[in-house]
Amino acid sequence: MQLALFIIFGILAVACALNLLFQRHPINSALSLVVVMMSLAVLYWSLGAEFLAAAQVIVYSGAVMVLFIFVIMLLNAGEEHRTQGSRAAYSAGFPGAAAIFCLLTFVFLKERGPLGLAKIGGDLSNFTDNIAQVSQMLFTKLLLPFEVTSVLILVAILGAVVLARKEQ
Amino acid sequence: MPANYLWLIPLLPFAGFLINGTLGRRLPRALVSAVALICTAIPAGLVAWLWYTMLSPGAPASIALDSGAWIAVPGFHADFSLSVDHLTLIMLGVVTGVGFLIHLYSVGYMAHEEGYWRFFAYLNLFMFFMSVLVLAANFLLLFVGWEGVGLASYLLIGFYFKKTSAANAGRKAFVVNRIGDFGFLLAMFLLIAHFGSLDFSTVFSTVGAHPEWLGVRFLTAICLLLVLGAAGKSAQIPLYVWLPDAMEGPTPVSALIHAATMVTAGIYMVARCHLLFDRSPAALAVVAIIGALTAIFAASIGMVQHDIKRVLAYSTVSQLGYMFLACGVGAYTAGIFHLLTHAFFKALLFLAAGSVIHALSGEQDMRNMGGLRKRISITFWTMSAGVFAIAGIPPFAGFFSKDEILFRAFNSPGPLGKALWIVGLITAGMTSFYMFRLWFKTFFGELRFEEATLESHGAAVHAHADTKLTMVAGHDDSHTHAVHKSPWIMLFPLVILAILSVIGGWVGIPGHSAIEGFLDPVFASAPIGGELPAVATSSALELTLAIASVLVALLGLYIAWLFYCRKPGTADALAQRFRSAYSLVSNKYWIDEIYHAFLVTPLLMFTRGIVELIFERGVVNGSARASGMTVRGFAWATRNQMSGNIRSYAGWLAAGAAVILAAMIFGRALWVHL
Amino acid sequence: MVPTSYYLILAAILFSIGIAAFLIKRNVITIFISIELMLNAVNLTFVAFAHMWHQVSGQIFVFFVMVVAAAEAAVGLAIIISIFRTRKTLNVDELDMLNH
Repeated sequence: MQLALFIIFGILAVACALNLLFQRHPINSALSLVVVMMSLAVLYWSLGAEFLAAAQVIVYSGAVMVLFIFVIMLLNAGEEHRTQGSRAAYSAGFPGAAAIFCLLTFVFLKERGPLGLAKIGGDLSNFTDNIAQVSQMLFTKLLLPFEVTSVLILVAILGAVVLARKEQ
Repeated sequence: MPANYLWLIPLLPFAGFLINGTLGRRLPRALVSAVALICTAIPAGLVAWLWYTMLSPGAPASIALDSGAWIAVPGFHADFSLSVDHLTLIMLGVVTGVGFLIHLYSVGYMAHEEGYWRFFAYLNLFMFFMSVLVLAANFLLLFVGWEGVGLASYLLIGFYFKKTSAANAGRKAFVVNRIGDFGFLLAMFLLIAHFGSLDFSTVFSTVGAHPEWLGVRFLTAICLLLVLGAAGKSAQIPLYVWLPDAMEGPTPVSALIHAATMVTAGIYMVARCHLLFDRSPAALAVVAIIGALTAIFAASIGMVQHDIKRVLAYSTVSQLGYMFLACGVGAYTAGIFHLLTHAFFKALLFLAAGSVIHALSGEQDMRNMGGLRKRISITFWTMSAGVFAIAGIPPFAGFFSKDEILFRAFNSPGPLGKALWIVGLITAGMTSFYMFRLWFKTFFGELRFEEATLESHGAAVHAHADTKLTMVAGHDDSHTHAVHKSPWIMLFPLVILAILSVIGGWVGIPGHSAIEGFLDPVFASAPIGGELPAVATSSALELTLAIASVLVALLGLYIAWLFYCRKPGTADALAQRFRSAYSLVSNKYWIDEIYHAFLVTPLLMFTRGIVELIFERGVVNGSARASGMTVRGFAWATRNQMSGNIRSYAGWLAAGAAVILAAMIFGRALWVHL
Repeated sequence: MVPTSYYLILAAILFSIGIAAFLIKRNVITIFISIELMLNAVNLTFVAFAHMWHQVSGQIFVFFVMVVAAAEAAVGLAIIISIFRTRKTLNVDELDMLNH
């Protein structure tokens, strides 16, 4: 069953990523990304990271991607057109991406043995659930990075407000 | 005198050089002269004390002072060691005594020159190096002095560096000397190879311990190479060409360096190494032949020169040939004796010539002189003493020393000795002729010096703007254009040297020779062709030969009188009759031109064609340009990366990430293997 | 039981597609979106390894990545808005005033 789950949502993710690549209008790309994120959430869940799956759906695709879609609609960006520069980019981009893909795949396949198998759900330790585990780590050992991150978000908010303001 | 004071003799002039060289530009002239004179007078005093110490009864025959190691590696060591024996005493006496007198003279002669401080700084530097040369107890320290006097000579010949001919002359002197130094260096290398040391004591005692080393090849090689060095420094054939050109320097320089001291360094070195030379009859023969040939060759050129200093220059070359001849027949004492007397009268002649030039506000061409006998009388009398001395007329100094050399040459074994004697005799006649020619042309007859011709120029006594003969350079006009006498500071050394030229030879009167006994401890151990024959032969022969030389000298005097006093046009008429011979001799046998065509030009062609083309353009320029292009290339690559185009930045980002990825994945394997 | 390498290869695929989109696309916002895709692929890798080694630090890392991605998206979009106001274009080839 895990295999079926993996295959379905894996193919879904890849298909939507390719859709993202080949769509000309940005709004289509954004919506494809939302689907990718959703399928990734399922995969996270299958790997035992329930909290992250929830965070992915709520925060990432629910807030960040919505922000993207807002901005796309606000700016009313249109379709892309073929130009000469884009053709050069095609000739550089595809082979480059293919090269990186080959490289990574080669490594992962070589180390297939040591990587072993993934059990569905997984068991991290004697804790009952994943979120307890995460918060245990986050609020004790990594408390400082946690607080700093909140400051980071505050700074980002301020920055965004200042940058997007209309000039008076 | 305590041995430690020996170092003061060279170091005081060096201190004078440092003071005058660094601060002299800003010091007043009086202070510059005072520093220079003190730094020369004190060593002269120390030498006098040294003489006293070593002549007192019970004094050692030599004093040595070792001041610490210079090179100390396994297999070879050389120290800063000085030694003084009787030969050194004579050389030191000449160097410091005559040197001090010339410093005194220069205070007056150079009084109106710019660069006064520079002159005295260089002169003191020369004194330092020359003292090191004669005091050295090993070949290496001697070579330091050897090179150093060459440097000082270059600096002083090119003293008027703004004048092209002077600068060229300085360079020529240095380059030709360098060729000799090359021979000296090779000789030193051979000495290290065969004897393992450069100390005089070690080398000479090793040679003494091997009486079977007679005529062996390595000794002959060493001696011949040393002869090359001496030929360069003492202006013998084939390396004499620099000395006539060296007259571009101020006259005191010619007197000190190119008459009394530096050029005698070669003779000193041969005399010092007499133990080596005595073991190589071939080398001695070479020395003698070179000496004799140079003597007659230079004398023949000197007979037709018009510049008063040139005559004296060729005369110096010729007299140095005599000294070489003496060493070549094993008569080292005679050679040193002639060195001593020559120092007196040649320095005197040069200084007096300088006085004449000064009196005539820069005129050097003898064709424009004459009748100065009554105008500059002290100069006349002192110069006459010098002229009579060099001509070899008794009882003046030159007679005794020159005669001793001719006698020894006649006595040396084989037909070579007689041939050398004949050559020497003829040269003596020529010497007498050209010196009296100079005497008559300068001081007798009518005044050919035209005072009017100088009106338009500011007369520069001492700076000569262009080539040999006359003057033209700016000069403050404190002299009038008439013949004027020299100041006492210039005349005093002349008087002293004149007295020495008269009595200087009396230390070597045959039969009561003080100098021979004096130098016996140095030269006594000469098993071959040394001092022994002197005792063996008769004094009747010596008297006969002496009379022969005096007659020849008087013949030269008579002919000179005939040509230049009695019938003044005779010389020119002869020159016209034998025009080609005359032109050959007056152009110095075209030697300079031959050297230029066969040595200088091919060398320049080689340098410009090959070395310049390959090294200068190819290697040096090429590598400079290559490094420039490399930087440019990198800059071009980097510049293209910063295009301002966001897409290209994205591309570079991705590429960089890929590289890092690859490095991390595969670099690990490499690292593990390292 | 799915081999872990499958998850990793999936992440690699998504990552390369993200890179391709990053290099090819001309619209600035689409480029941003492709960056988010790349980040997601990396997140998947972290979670897979966290699962493999039974460590929670991989998941913590993902947490922080998400936070930072959110902040970055906010600021980046604000910048794009202000650029759009002046240049009136979202074509990345025309935003070349970085080097004059």
